[in-house]
Amino acid sequence: MKVYLDNSATTALDKEVLNAMLPYFTETFGNPSSLHAYGRNALKAVDEARDSIAKSIGAKSNEIYFTSGGSESDNWALKGVIGATKAKCKHIITSQIEHPAIMDTLDYLKAKEGVEVTYLPVDKDGRVSVQDLKEAVTDDTVLVSVMFANNEMGAVQPIAEIGAFCKEEGIIFHTDAVQAMDSQAIDVNALNIDLLSMSAHKFHGPKGIGALYIRSGVKLDRLISGGHQERRMRAGTTDTPLIVGMAKALEIAVRDREENNKRISALRDSFVKKVLAEIPFTYLNGGMDHRLPNNANISFEYVEGESILITLDLAGIAVSSGSACSSGSLEPSHVILALGVKEELAHSSIRFSLGKDTTQEEMDYTFDVLKASVERLRSMSPLFNMEKGIGYYV
Amino acid sequence: MYNDRVLEVFANPKNVGEIENASGVGTIGNASCGDIMRVYILVENDVIIDAKFKTFGCAAAIATASVATDMLIGKTIEEALQIKNADVVAYLGGLPPQKIHCSVLAEEAIQAAVADYRSKQK
Repeated sequence: MKVYLDNSATTALDKEVLNAMLPYFTETFGNPSSLHAYGRNALKAVDEARDSIAKSIGAKSNEIYFTSGGSESDNWALKGVIGATKAKCKHIITSQIEHPAIMDTLDYLKAKEGVEVTYLPVDKDGRVSVQDLKEAVTDDTVLVSVMFANNEMGAVQPIAEIGAFCKEEGIIFHTDAVQAMDSQAIDVNALNIDLLSMSAHKFHGPKGIGALYIRSGVKLDRLISGGHQERRMRAGTTDTPLIVGMAKALEIAVRDREENNKRISALRDSFVKKVLAEIPFTYLNGGMDHRLPNNANISFEYVEGESILITLDLAGIAVSSGSACSSGSLEPSHVILALGVKEELAHSSIRFSLGKDTTQEEMDYTFDVLKASVERLRSMSPLFNMEKGIGYYV
Repeated sequence: MYNDRVLEVFANPKNVGEIENASGVGTIGNASCGDIMRVYILVENDVIIDAKFKTFGCAAAIATASVATDMLIGKTIEEALQIKNADVVAYLGGLPPQKIHCSVLAEEAIQAAVADYRSKQK
């Protein structure tokens, strides 16, 4: 059996989406910037896609800017705001659990632009506190960037409270909503979001396309200069098929949102319950109350995460791990560590991210393979005594 | 990123376990770094007649421990000390660059086990 439980890494392109895209590769292939009929027809499709995406987050069409994906959107939001800010001292507030697209960009801005950055901690459930945010604000704070929901352990952040506070203070609020678009109802006005990053391939759209929502009136420098595309804000030939695919995918995600959330969270809940009850020394990373419906992140004590990942892979099951070994670095996941989880357990963490096609049968199979895998690896671990059924650190 | 040979050895490792009256035991690494390798050797007349391992670590760590212990069996203590991490990597047909340190752990665990054996001889 093949089971794909890595939907937070990427999702399969929906066939309905593929069919919507196909005519724009070979038939309506014109450059949307061209004046002739080929161009006009392509532009019509891009305009419709833009309208549809804007509508799904309560934005205006001219507030949606297409990009190459989540990383570009995040880069643009941060570098764009800093570039357009005239003040000498610039301070950004973010969280300790952001995606590398934010973390790395902030390191760049610190080094190149002398920007000051405050990283808000999270509680054991993986959420920042608005009180901490309030205390971190200085006269120089120009931007708050807190992700909508975390990619590793699924914690949904208090976005409405953060947005309300930023609005009151007159601080620009950016949120990386890459993991949240399919399952969370998002209204940029109700939530007072000024900038929002999204990426199509996380909701069964194509890879290589994303968008940045920029509230009217918020000033950003361009990231990519060149032609006049995207109202002169983002150069590069408009990619009609990818844009059409993104809009279609989001349309389907929004249409099926409630039903998917209900079904997926039920599968996830029963899986988590069973794992915690039937496999000893296992711990859920993050809380259950404010969590993406498809995410389970569990540490299997005394066993290294990547070895579980590879064992599951050999049985046809795809997951990801927060262990250092699986990322190619020496440090385990900064997100799992930010929860206050000790390093040993961070190395033992596995993320299961379910999708709209996940079935009960797949989860049952995954549980059986997982239980056997953890037992096998514990029998090989110098930290675990199988006879006594206990572990200890050396 | 792993080749088929590494996956095969990881899936079916040899010499997993402990040796009750081991002549030497070597442990390298710690859990907070995500790697622990422990090698047990049984020595008779200066020849390693059995070797076993226990590993907390990634697929590469488990595969290198399996290969390293396999190489130990039948070797004299002096020969055992000649085993280099590159030998283990070569046997596995290569490891991803970030996994080479796993093979270094295997070499160090062998040396630690031999050192433990020698200290008991004194």
